[in-house]
Amino acid sequence: MTDPILSVSDLRVTFAINQGKKWPWSPANALHAVNGVGFDLHRGKTLGIVGESGCGKSTLIRAIAGLVTPSGGTVQLDGRTMDYSRRADMQELRRRMQMIFQDPIASLNPRMTIRDIVAEPLTYFRPDMSGAERKRATREMLDRVGIPERNFNRFPHEFSGGQCQRIGIARALVSTPQVLLCDEPVSALDVSIQAQVINLLKELQDEMGLTLVFVAHDLGVVRHISDDVLVMYMGGVMERAPAGAVVDTPRHPYSQALLSAVPVPDPRVKTTPQVLNGDLPSPLNLPQGCLFQSRCPKRIDACRSIRPELKGPENAKVACLLEET
Amino acid sequence: MSLLSVNNLNIRFRTGDGYVHAVNDVSFDIAKGQKLAVVGESGSGKSQIAMSIMGLLANNAEAEGEVLYEGQNLLTLPSAKLNRIRAKDIGIIFQDPMSSLNPYMRIERQLGEVVEQHEGLSRSDARKRVLEVMEAVQIPDAKNRLTAYPHEFSGGMRQRIVIAMALICKPKLILADEPTTALDVTVQAQIMSLLDEIQRELGTAVMLITHDLGVVAGFCEDTLVLYGGRVMEAAPTLDLFDAPGHPYTRGLLRAVPNISDASASLAAIPGSPPNQTRAPVACPFAPRCVDAIPGCHQTLPELTGDRQQRACIRPVEELT
Repeated sequence: MTDPILSVSDLRVTFAINQGKKWPWSPANALHAVNGVGFDLHRGKTLGIVGESGCGKSTLIRAIAGLVTPSGGTVQLDGRTMDYSRRADMQELRRRMQMIFQDPIASLNPRMTIRDIVAEPLTYFRPDMSGAERKRATREMLDRVGIPERNFNRFPHEFSGGQCQRIGIARALVSTPQVLLCDEPVSALDVSIQAQVINLLKELQDEMGLTLVFVAHDLGVVRHISDDVLVMYMGGVMERAPAGAVVDTPRHPYSQALLSAVPVPDPRVKTTPQVLNGDLPSPLNLPQGCLFQSRCPKRIDACRSIRPELKGPENAKVACLLEET
Repeated sequence: MSLLSVNNLNIRFRTGDGYVHAVNDVSFDIAKGQKLAVVGESGSGKSQIAMSIMGLLANNAEAEGEVLYEGQNLLTLPSAKLNRIRAKDIGIIFQDPMSSLNPYMRIERQLGEVVEQHEGLSRSDARKRVLEVMEAVQIPDAKNRLTAYPHEFSGGMRQRIVIAMALICKPKLILADEPTTALDVTVQAQIMSLLDEIQRELGTAVMLITHDLGVVAGFCEDTLVLYGGRVMEAAPTLDLFDAPGHPYTRGLLRAVPNISDASASLAAIPGSPPNQTRAPVACPFAPRCVDAIPGCHQTLPELTGDRQQRACIRPVEELT
């Protein structure tokens, strides 16, 4: 097996917040958004990250991209550990790793034409290219994502959400990165447009040998695009397994509850969502044991004191004490 | 006898660039206790239909046609009379639970106001009613949370409060405009089962506006599919999913990534949503339709059929 292109280990992100402080000079509270997430991702593969809002999935990939500063852990890109405080490392990182965002319109500069938006990464990452070459590369990229050339001088607001997402993809891929981080790229789009964008991403992945990290809350979409799926809860990983296995035979109690709640577009299938009782733990004050213990229907006494680690064979890792016995 | 009857509804908006035709010639009925889903993508006019029923259209809107509720046309009713129907007979649940609650009002006041206004209850009776309805929507520790402000609740709990507000006068019809779109799947499942339970108990009719076919399949008996402000297909949900009769419905069902089947490529519908600055003269879906024939670009198909109505000039057997 080749070395993974992206290797994340024990990544942590905490935010200092002032809420709940007793005095202005008291130390800030720490909000634990990501708590020790690790994964390896091989070239050309897609890792889907699912979880409910607030589970830290977006923060995780923003930390990998260097958009928020991790408070611990390491990110290795192609075998090299990234130091997010070094300018040279960040340039290297952005050359190899690009990102697309959830809100397609807000993520494009409203005062630049789309030709300029897509050409901009080339001026930074490909100084070796001549002006004419950059122009050609921009045209080819926009053409590839299906934006007709007569529209190149238009501004983002003149395009629909689906088209803006295509432009965002073109901007991310024009400098030929190796890894593409996708932060809920289709959740703002309609079903018919969503399918177009997913198909486009899959085609581009095959053509360019891209490695994708795909964050979404729609399990149908994640199942469709991912090789492996990471299920997150309260900033921790509950389960990591191939997409089919997570959907068909989820092993962690949280994955089971999450899957049971997905509505099935077939009126003859009667789903019985498993209702999770109990409160979410506060990210300011995480429980000592398992992160999911307060809502877990299968909780045992040991869950209160022991935080289970992600264990198991490479293709079926679960963080649950019940799996260990 | 239907509870609400919408006949030939047209809604257009005056804008700086001319008119935008949001809803074009839409007709449907809702019977007592019926659960009707209105499905469509953004811009299909589904929310504007609900807004016109509630008399909440924006100032630059012009509505034609009829929205008959117990024989009265809600479109032309003076607002004093409309206020006696709104919230009392017809309740509405909006998509965003935060922006549909007043952040400065305690929950007790916010909900109590509705019954004081419509049923003339005293403050203390109103408080009792608020408590009842908060318990009915399963808000834990409701008694102590009466004096809380909206921001003190989570998204799911806020949506329960909005549902409670819509239900407090026991309306005959609830318009639910994307009630779970802003929520997580686990919370969505809870909210939908709550709506289902309440609907069965009170026999309220529900018009569920959504873009999520999964939610429709689990909840509604009948479905109306909108595209470009026109009805493409109207049928019992089972028939619609078993044998979709309109190319758009077929495309929509194929484009949903199915969780239990990860086939190679999703069947996307090519093209973009229609430009609605002109009133449609031909089928609005024709430019994106795989089955379009030249005639599709010239004639405006009528909604025909009995049980399963469809607006398509091509027979079902010829569709791919």
